[in-house]
Parts: sequence; structure tokens; C-alpha cells
Amino acid sequence: MLQDMLISLPQVLIDGLALGAVYAVVALGYTMVYGILQLINFAHGEIFMTGAYIGTALFILIMGMSWTGAIPQLIVFIIVLLISAGLVGLLGVGIERVAYRPLRNTPRLIPLITAIGISFILQDVVRFIAEMMNGSYILTGPSLFTGQVTIGFSSISSLFNDASFKISFIIMIVTAILMMVALDFFVNRTKWGTAIRAVSLDRETASLMSINVNKVISTTFFVGSALGGATGVLFAMQYGTIDPYIGFILGLKAFIAAVLGGIGNIRGAMIGGLLLGLMEMFAAANLTTLTGGILGAEYKDVFAFAILIIVLIFKPEGLLGKPTAEKV
Amino acid sequence: MTEMKEKLNMFLQHKWSQVILFTLFVVITSAALYLSQKSVIAFLLLLASLLVLYYMKLKNVTKWMVGGGILFFLIPFASSGGPAFQNYMEVATMVGIYVSMALGLNIVVGMAGLLDLGFVAFFAVGAYSYAIFATPQASNFMPFGEYPLAGESFWIFLIIGGILAAIAGVLIGVPVLRVKGDYLAIVTLGFGEIIRIVFNNADRPINLTNGAMGISSVTPPRLFGMDLVFPNQYYFVTLIILAFTIFAVIRFEHSKLGRSWKAVRENEIAAQAMGIPLVKTKLMAFALGASFSGMMGVVFAAKQAFIDPTSFTLMESFTILVMVVLGGMGSVPGVILGAALVTILNLQVLTELTNWVNQLSLSGVISIPDALSPAKMQKLLFGLLLVLFALYRPIGLIPAKNKKFDEQKLKKDNALILNKKESAAVEKEKVQI
Repeated sequence: MLQDMLISLPQVLIDGLALGAVYAVVALGYTMVYGILQLINFAHGEIFMTGAYIGTALFILIMGMSWTGAIPQLIVFIIVLLISAGLVGLLGVGIERVAYRPLRNTPRLIPLITAIGISFILQDVVRFIAEMMNGSYILTGPSLFTGQVTIGFSSISSLFNDASFKISFIIMIVTAILMMVALDFFVNRTKWGTAIRAVSLDRETASLMSINVNKVISTTFFVGSALGGATGVLFAMQYGTIDPYIGFILGLKAFIAAVLGGIGNIRGAMIGGLLLGLMEMFAAANLTTLTGGILGAEYKDVFAFAILIIVLIFKPEGLLGKPTAEKV
Repeated sequence: MTEMKEKLNMFLQHKWSQVILFTLFVVITSAALYLSQKSVIAFLLLLASLLVLYYMKLKNVTKWMVGGGILFFLIPFASSGGPAFQNYMEVATMVGIYVSMALGLNIVVGMAGLLDLGFVAFFAVGAYSYAIFATPQASNFMPFGEYPLAGESFWIFLIIGGILAAIAGVLIGVPVLRVKGDYLAIVTLGFGEIIRIVFNNADRPINLTNGAMGISSVTPPRLFGMDLVFPNQYYFVTLIILAFTIFAVIRFEHSKLGRSWKAVRENEIAAQAMGIPLVKTKLMAFALGASFSGMMGVVFAAKQAFIDPTSFTLMESFTILVMVVLGGMGSVPGVILGAALVTILNLQVLTELTNWVNQLSLSGVISIPDALSPAKMQKLLFGLLLVLFALYRPIGLIPAKNKKFDEQKLKKDNALILNKKESAAVEKEKVQI
């Protein structure tokens, strides 16, 4: 049994890392919004999905032009990534302006309900536009960076199988790491980052220190949503086919990742995302072996939610979070 | 002109004129429904008469009697005229099922303030509990006994389904109670998904639920030797359970437990400080809310005679949440109205609109792309409803009202009781002497 698990381990690690990177960056958006507003932005998964659609549409558009053949794919990719991130960031700001800002002083149940509403609206609007333009709402992007790379793990030890991945995997990991490092720098080293941290600590006091709270919250939404949108593009590039409903479950898992790492904590979200991705892939590959065929790979979502419940019960502040005293 | 208006107002305010107008309205709509071959509008207007009734200046008892009369006799009779009879009854039954579920969720969300996004799981528990035992499915893991159980068992399973759902409610409640607010929402959402995935895959190693294939040919319930198969028969079953649910929910709301729920909703810590047992109160909310849903699950399984995990998706949970939010969280009449509106919107208005649009585009009047067909717009519609109501009317269509007590009357009653006690004490003393 152990041997079965070991032999597939390299491939599981690589796939888990790819998925984990997606979770990590999406979890950042959750964590930032939660840190500043104490609101679970349910619509964040849909923001991610919108990013995937915008990215794919741009890829199709640009690749369709005849003169783009001369440009290296990498440059096209960077342009698409930046445009999608910008557009989705603006979408996030708009959502905050319309659906969350008017409700900032209401009981917390109410903004949560608008968030659910917004996520439904986004799903249906994207579905509608995609269906209008394309005939079917399931979209397949052009294949990019499809070269296969194989790492010969079997030459290290006969215990392992070889693992292979597409070049897009490397681009994805590198981009995700770049985004995370940039965000870490932005939040911890810049003036805006200081303002964001100040507002998330205490909104009233921050506003007394001549910080424009509304502007800071808008910025947070822009950055968080732009990261989510960019990850959507990465996801579309890596996995090829997208539909309007990918955002919801992926968003939930990213939220679980954020909780796992300690919600409100940016580094925690990164670690939580990577861990969850790895664990999920491991579960998908090995649940059948581990349980003697009783539970199949379908149970990997159950596994993710079980992690959430266990973390919330035993360590509600998450891996890197600090326990907070309850405010009365 | 203003005088006319005032007179009209006066007339409308008057009790007997209200009664006359209402009777006219009911008679006309039911006659229209009876005589027309297929008139959704007449059917909806007749249902709407119940809402009018709610706002009339009558005694509560009278309202319940009239409402019961309309529901039990008038609606089945008036709609039996045309060929669309079973169709109407089907819609009315579904309205009943959803109203009951929404009332259950209202206990959890509206009264106790615990946002539960996986509510359909309890419905699924109820539905599967009957479906498994009313088909040969149970013989896969129960070596004794003979399956499917006979139709009479349906009535017992109404209770069993409710109890099983309540147990599921407690099971989800226990680990979750340490979690608050938004976390609770996510965990319950996860719980709903887990239940669906489990039902979807529980066909091996032991075949419990037949997996994604679902369970078909569920034994119909049997009453006095008659098999219930038609929607008009289920209509009465649903109505009786619904009446029980409404009665129970109203009693709960004004009981000590109901007031504890509201206290917990308003401020958990203050409630705890006043001696309300937090865990017990929340678990009761979960269990009671779930049990109503479980009961209706049994009815649903019997009515459809086929269930599979696709009937219990996240969307269903959100649909029930929309009903509660739309009607007014914590308000029993509001939730009933919200559930009725959403169900009718889903089952009748959207389908009728789709048909109408299809006809129009077939005859070439307008061309609407298939992507925009109203039946597909359900999510957008729900999303808009949720956002608009949260922004502009968070209290819902019929807001919750706390029961008002007349201070003077209470004082007088109290004084009477005190007097009685005193006189009784005096009597006692006299006897002792």
C-alpha cells in the first residue's frame, strides 16, 4: 500500500502544487477582504471565474489576429494577464461600492446575503454573455505552452514513477509566486499597505489619523480582486476548459485554505492554499488505496470540508493566526 | 375629488364592506378558475385572496377558518373544472412543501440568527429515509424484514423522517456550535455538500442510496386502502402537515424557547449572561428546523416516487434562503408569503414566460436568444432579489413583529391573580385557625 502511494507521489506533488498555487492566490483575496471588513466575500470565487473568462476571451481574440503570430507567447500572456487583472480589479471595486459599502453598519448577516446574491448574478451574467457570443457557455481557450517536461524520478530511486507536466505549470507557479511576493511587499513595506493594515486593525481610529477609509477599502478590493482575476487567467491556461460554475466550489476551497492558514493573515493564506492543494491531490490519488476501496476520489471535497471543520474546532485562529479576544 | 377618496377610504376601512368585497373577489376568481380551461392568472388570484385575508380587519379565529375553508375546499374544487387540475394541484403541493421548509429554516436563520446554507441536507435525509425503506433498496443492508415496506408505513415515516432529520441537525450542530456567524455559514454549506456527495456515492461498498442513479418506484402511501398517487391527494396530505407546522412554529415563537432564540440572535453574550443555555437553545433551533424539513422530505420522496442527489443541490438551499429573506426573516406570515411567491415564480411564472417567449419567437414577432430564456434566468433573478432586498428592504415583505402586551391589562390581570392568591391565603389561614 505504501509503495502504491510512493510511486505516484512525484506526480501528486506537482499537481498538488499547481492546484495549491491557485488556492493560495485566491485565498489571498478572501483574507484581505476579511481582514479589513470582517466579511466573507462569497462573490470572490465568481470574481476568479470572471477573470478566467475575460482572460480566455482575450486569448482567443489576440490569437485570432494575424499579426500576433510574430509576438512570443509569453508577451501575449503577460499582456492578457495585466488587462484581465485590471478589469477584474475594477469589477471588485464596483461590487464593493454597490453591494457592501451601503451595508457596512448593518448586522453581518445582511452583507453576507448580498455577497451570495452577487455571486449568483455574476454566474448568470457570465453564462449569458458566453452563451451569446459562443453558443455554449463552456469555453475552451487556445492551448498555450503545451510542451511536456518529464522529470526522471525513476532514475533517483525505483520507488518513484516519472512525473510530467506542461510548461504552463512552470509559468503558473512562477507568476503565482511573483504575485504573492509582490503582495507581501505591498502590504508590509508601502504606505498604502500600512494604511490597509491600520484600517483592518481599527477603522475608526484609522479614520481619525487622516486615513481615507473608503479609499483604502476600495484599494483592498482592487488588489484582492485583481489577484483573483489573474489567477483565473492562470487557471484557464493550465486546465483549458472553463464554465461559469467553477468559481463557487473553488472559492469555497480557497476560503478553507484561508481559514487553515489563519484568516486575515496574508502569509497564512499562502501556506494554507499550498497545503490544501497538496492534501487534496493526495486524497484524490490515494483515498481509494487508503480506505481499501470504500471511499473513492469523489470524496476529496468531503475531505476539504472535514479539514475546515477540524481546524475551526481545534485551532480556530488557523496555523499562523493569532487568537483574538472576543469584543463585547 | 379628495372627498371621494376619503369616502372610498372610509368604505374600505369598514369591516363589512371589506368582507363583501373579499367574498366577491373570491367568488369571481374561483368561478373564473372553474369555468376557464386553463387560467394561471385566476389560480394565482385565488391564492392571493389568502394574502388579502391576512390584511383584513377580522378576528384571528375567523381568518384561520376562512383561510382553511379556501385552502381545503374552494381551491381543490374550483381548480377541478379544467384539464389543468393536476397541474394546479402539483404547484400547490410544491408550494406547501416549500412553505414548510422555509418555516423550518426561518427558525434557524430568522429566529435564532444562525445562517444555515446547507438546509436542503435535512430535506434529503427525510426523503432518503422513506425512499430507502419503501423500495427493495433496504434489503441490500438489512438482512431481516421484507422490503419494500407497505404503503401504510408512510405515516410512520413522516415521524421517523422528522426525527432522523432532527438527529442530523444535532449532529451538524454539535461540532459547529463553537463556530460563529460567517464561519457557521461556510461550515453548513460544506455540510450540505458533504451530504450530497455521500448520497451520490453511497452505492459502494454497500449499496445504500443507489448512488447517482437514484431510487425509483417508491411505494406510494396508502390510506384506508387507497394508494395516493395523484397530486390532488398529496395536496391534502401536504396541507395537513403544513397546518401542523404553522401551528407548531407559531407556538414555538411565543414560547420561552422562541424568546430565547431571539435573545441569542440579538446578542449572544447578553443572552448567556441572563441565564439562557446557549448550546441547548441553538441545538433546539437546528433540530426543530430540520425536523419540519425532514417531514416534507418524506412527502416529496413519496410524491415524486423517484429521488436522486440532483434534487438536493446547493441551489435548493439557496432557494429556501431566498424565500426567508424575501418574506422577512423571523416573520412567520412573511416567510409563508415569500415561499409561496418564490415557488410560484419558479414553477409557474418562469415556465409560462418561457413558453410565451418561445411562441413569440416561433411566430417571428421577436427573436430572443435561447440564452436569455426566462427559465434559465433563475439564478440572476434570485441574485437580484437577494441584493435588492438586502439593500433596500432587509426586513422583508412582511416584517417580523414582536408580540405586544398591553401594560394596563397585564397589571389588571396580575392584580386579579394576586388578589386571588391573597384571598386563598386568607382562606387557608382561616381554615387553620
